[in-house]
Amino acid sequence: MIGIRAAGAYVPRLRLQRSSIAAAHAWFAPGLKALSGGERAMANWDEDAITMAVEAARDALHGRERDLVRKVILASTSHPFQDRLNAGVVKEALNLPDGVAALDIGGSQRAGTSALLEALESARAFDGDVLLLGAEKRRTQPGSELELTHGDAAAAFVIGQDELAAEFVGGHSLTIDFVDHFRSEGQDFDYVWESRWLREEGYAKIAPRALKEALARHGLAGADVSRFIMAAPQKGAAAMIAGAAGISASAVADDLAQQMGGAGAIQPLILLARALEDADAGELITVVGFGQGCDVLFFRATGSSAVAGLGVSGWLARRTPEANYVRYLTLAGHLAIDRGMRAEFDQKTPLAALYRNRKAVMGLVGGRCAKTGVVQFPKTAISVAQNARAQDTQEDYPLADRLARIVTHTADGLTYSPDPPCYYGAIEFEGGGRLTVEYADVEPGRIEVGAPVRMMFRVRAHDETRGFIKYFWKAVPDYRAAIPATLAAE
Amino acid sequence: MANGIRDRVALVGMGCTRFGERWSDDADALMVEAFDEAIADAGVDVTDIDAAWLGVGFDTQNIGPSGIPLSMALRLPNIAVTKVENYCASGTESFRGAVYAVASGACDIALAMGVEKLKDTGYGGLPVRTRGVSYDMFNVTGSAPGYFAQLAGAYCARHDADPSELKRAMAHVSVKSHANGARNPKAHLRKPITVEQVLNAPMIAEPLGLFDCCGVSDGAACAIVTTPEIARSLGKRDLVTVKALQVSMSNGWELQGSGWDGSYFHTTRVAARKAYAEAGIEDPRRQLSLMEVHDCFSVTELVTMEDLGVSPEGGAIRDVLDGFFDAEGSLPCQIDGGLKCFGHPIGASGLRMIYENYLQLLGRAGERQRGVPPSLALSHNLGGMPNQNVSAVAIVGLHKA
Repeated sequence: MIGIRAAGAYVPRLRLQRSSIAAAHAWFAPGLKALSGGERAMANWDEDAITMAVEAARDALHGRERDLVRKVILASTSHPFQDRLNAGVVKEALNLPDGVAALDIGGSQRAGTSALLEALESARAFDGDVLLLGAEKRRTQPGSELELTHGDAAAAFVIGQDELAAEFVGGHSLTIDFVDHFRSEGQDFDYVWESRWLREEGYAKIAPRALKEALARHGLAGADVSRFIMAAPQKGAAAMIAGAAGISASAVADDLAQQMGGAGAIQPLILLARALEDADAGELITVVGFGQGCDVLFFRATGSSAVAGLGVSGWLARRTPEANYVRYLTLAGHLAIDRGMRAEFDQKTPLAALYRNRKAVMGLVGGRCAKTGVVQFPKTAISVAQNARAQDTQEDYPLADRLARIVTHTADGLTYSPDPPCYYGAIEFEGGGRLTVEYADVEPGRIEVGAPVRMMFRVRAHDETRGFIKYFWKAVPDYRAAIPATLAAE
Repeated sequence: MANGIRDRVALVGMGCTRFGERWSDDADALMVEAFDEAIADAGVDVTDIDAAWLGVGFDTQNIGPSGIPLSMALRLPNIAVTKVENYCASGTESFRGAVYAVASGACDIALAMGVEKLKDTGYGGLPVRTRGVSYDMFNVTGSAPGYFAQLAGAYCARHDADPSELKRAMAHVSVKSHANGARNPKAHLRKPITVEQVLNAPMIAEPLGLFDCCGVSDGAACAIVTTPEIARSLGKRDLVTVKALQVSMSNGWELQGSGWDGSYFHTTRVAARKAYAEAGIEDPRRQLSLMEVHDCFSVTELVTMEDLGVSPEGGAIRDVLDGFFDAEGSLPCQIDGGLKCFGHPIGASGLRMIYENYLQLLGRAGERQRGVPPSLALSHNLGGMPNQNVSAVAIVGLHKA
């Protein structure tokens, strides 16, 4: 049997208040007021589809053996790179062995569910797991409806053959070139057609047809469905589609629009990960992805827990409201404010140096002296240990998943940061190893000497001259602080 | 350890430009200005100089590579010029080259020059620059105030000190240096300030406000050194000689190892211990007459008092607030205004400190001359950041003192 062994997610901490977006545009587009309730998840400047996918993957892999992963798939319509394997960056950040396959999937709002189908197919062929990731940070045009309805997020699933939390019952796909919006190469934003047409010709006709065909193909009835997952950004669309296929309105899952918005192509994956937090054994979960046709997938919950990390609910609970629309515009790159001359610092990456140091830079792998046990970052020929000089004794020692504590800290208002002040300082990992890092997701009172922090994979800088992105690890206040440190530090 | 060079090298001429925003002057003009004063003081001819050392901190915004810029500016007679760079300790590094050349007997007379032209960047503070491919990949670029500010939290954690009391002591450091700088005609910043002004200044990097940070200046300073015998033959009666000269480098332990708590300078402790041994000093708190330390930030000066063994561990706050380091205190620190107010043209700063100590020892410091005749003066020149740095300690004193 093929299915989902584990699920995880990541939702950025900042939540942009929709009322602040609508208020800013009220002079031009007063109609946006209708969408002004709730909040949307907002990636900071140093988060993108790759970094969020890494965090979701770590969430799903929490407490699991990573060496079982044979393939990594990253679904998105906002891959940071057009020609550099985005899933390959994730592989390095997760410090997975080189012997894995990796694939980016995009191209439509159905990329998430199509990638899930692909992952399930792949898992049949592998003696091991497929890591399916979906992440979305869409560039939404200021003043558009999408600016209010979108939310940035990522989801992750470990797909495999045993110890399943949800068995894959079957799937069905329709492909129809129905273009309600599009974005071509070189275009910043989507071009969107009238929403009433999308509702009547798309949601009301294509989705029910796919759903009915899928149910029939697998010998199921609408009444069998206990959870119906469809992330249509239009209010009521999911319930309408469910009803047309004989699925009870009570089975329609909350689309989380109020708490985080819809993360485009991967929102069905977010909602599936959410459903697997508390699905009872035997529940039939239906997942629909819509875009140039429709994917339908059926899963049967086994009652085993899929979520060992924070999951969707855990990440949603870690939130900081943001009501400053101008700050959002600036962080999202829509507003070219005067950043000062310090921002002119050349961020060119020597690619050869990045490659030879990739385990340290991308995977945060340090060294541990085989003789003395002293841990350091990065690995060097001669150990840093005082009074225990040893040469060529260091073995790889991954640090990314270890708890660390703050040794020193600052809030630097002079150095350039897209989100000033720049917080940084020295941290020391439990078990040893020290690093001077930037602090991200800073919360009042949580950056002080001795405070616990955890590592997150983030954008260090954008090389705007060449279009390259520098990734490295940053430390954030321990988001598992409620759990005893000894348990959380595995 | 080697015996060192105590009393083997004498300072016969020193010069220092006015520090500040020298909009009208290139680095060449600054070097000529410092050299003119030094060579006149020494009473030698340029052709008597056997070799020269040039200290500069920031290459890209500055004079460019090699020792040639010094050779060209001064039209030196085709002698060797060694360019040195050791972060903000480059000035003392150039001094070390010249002093060691004389001590070794390779040169009779040698020259050390430090210069920095910082105000061509277009913005305040030090220029942003790479620190090498590896460093840039594994560490945070940050700013100087950002890195030095970290001392404060770490110091409070180590000594269980009250952050507001530390902040008040830091303010006292700056108020003292402004009072001293006001009496120095060559100083960049010459306005006295109050504790209230310091405490209410805009924040640069918590808890460092504007007045906790030193000036970023243009300037140059120069030393001409020789043997005590040649100095006597030049007609010098009061001789200032080098008592100790020690430099210590981080080896990555603070940055990458375990144990350093971020509240002090490991290298300063090493360099000070060696320098006191070289100079034969057992109790620096009593034996030293004057100190010029690397007060790039108020908190740096404060913790350095403990690293130099002048204040007891955790006792610097009390000493500072007691006025121990004031101009009229027991052991004045930055009687010329320090980096804080004399200014900080990176490559020149180490030599500027020695210049002030030299003037004070010879009783030539004018309005700011220390009343109690000084006999032994220390300079401490720091380069880099607390987690990775170069500490240079130079002790000069009256010959036979």
